[in-house]
Amino acid sequence: MLKKMKYDIILFTSILLVAALLSVYLYLNRSEGVICRVTLNGELYSEYPLNTDIQVVIGDGDYYNILVISNGKAYVIEASCPDKLCVKQGKIHYDGQSIICLPNKMIAEIIGGQTEFDAVVK
Amino acid sequence: MRKKLNGRQIAEYGLLIALALVLSYVEFLIPFSVAVPGVKLGLANIVVLFALYRLGALQAIIISILRVLLMTFMFGNAFALMYSLSGAVLSLCVMFLMFKIKKFSSIGIGVGGGVAHNIGQIICAILLLETKRLVYYLPVLLVSGTIAGAAIGFIGGILIKRLDNKRP
Repeated sequence: MLKKMKYDIILFTSILLVAALLSVYLYLNRSEGVICRVTLNGELYSEYPLNTDIQVVIGDGDYYNILVISNGKAYVIEASCPDKLCVKQGKIHYDGQSIICLPNKMIAEIIGGQTEFDAVVK
Repeated sequence: MRKKLNGRQIAEYGLLIALALVLSYVEFLIPFSVAVPGVKLGLANIVVLFALYRLGALQAIIISILRVLLMTFMFGNAFALMYSLSGAVLSLCVMFLMFKIKKFSSIGIGVGGGVAHNIGQIICAILLLETKRLVYYLPVLLVSGTIAGAAIGFIGGILIKRLDNKRP
């Protein structure tokens, strides 16, 4: 029976291989983030530097997420969405990481690196 | 040239679509979140897989699309529709091609369908939310899609073999 499943096994392992390689590549290329950019409904909402300590309510009424930035990390502590996946996604601080709330169409993504600014004062 | 649907076929398709809907809803109830959006079991694909083998490609496509549409009307919004539809469409294409090649078992097709579903959804989310950073979720989704897809394919395979073709 294992022989009949030859192509299945090839498919299975190659997908897992691609996933592993992709993870390694992404992991090796990660860098610390500088700001947290929030977009709502695909439009830029606001940007917050990661070196501040703030708590922001994004959205209003029935569709909101509460974003907290402290200790250089950003995370969502409360949200109006039914699944609360955004709250469970934990704290992010590497360039490229993001917290997404699909129901509220909110994305908080970490942007890092010199492409955004001429100079960064630490 | 096209045969008219008879009553039994209509009932059969209705039954399968209803089953796919129920499976989708059950999935929604199970708190399967690994904190990454899109990690789903894809249970409804069991029905699509079954339809693909037993009824034909066109029927599988119809059942899948109708399932997505009905699911959206009942529980979702336009955003969920596009998201779900893109996953379903890519999943159908991949499953159909794999089926035609005849080199894969139902488990392989289940894997292909599951992974394609996740990739389709990620691509849709990237386009809709206008960000490329979602690609960071790909590794996790590839793995979860493969494992879930294998299980779906396995269960679907058993059903296809056991539920016989004989009509009363």
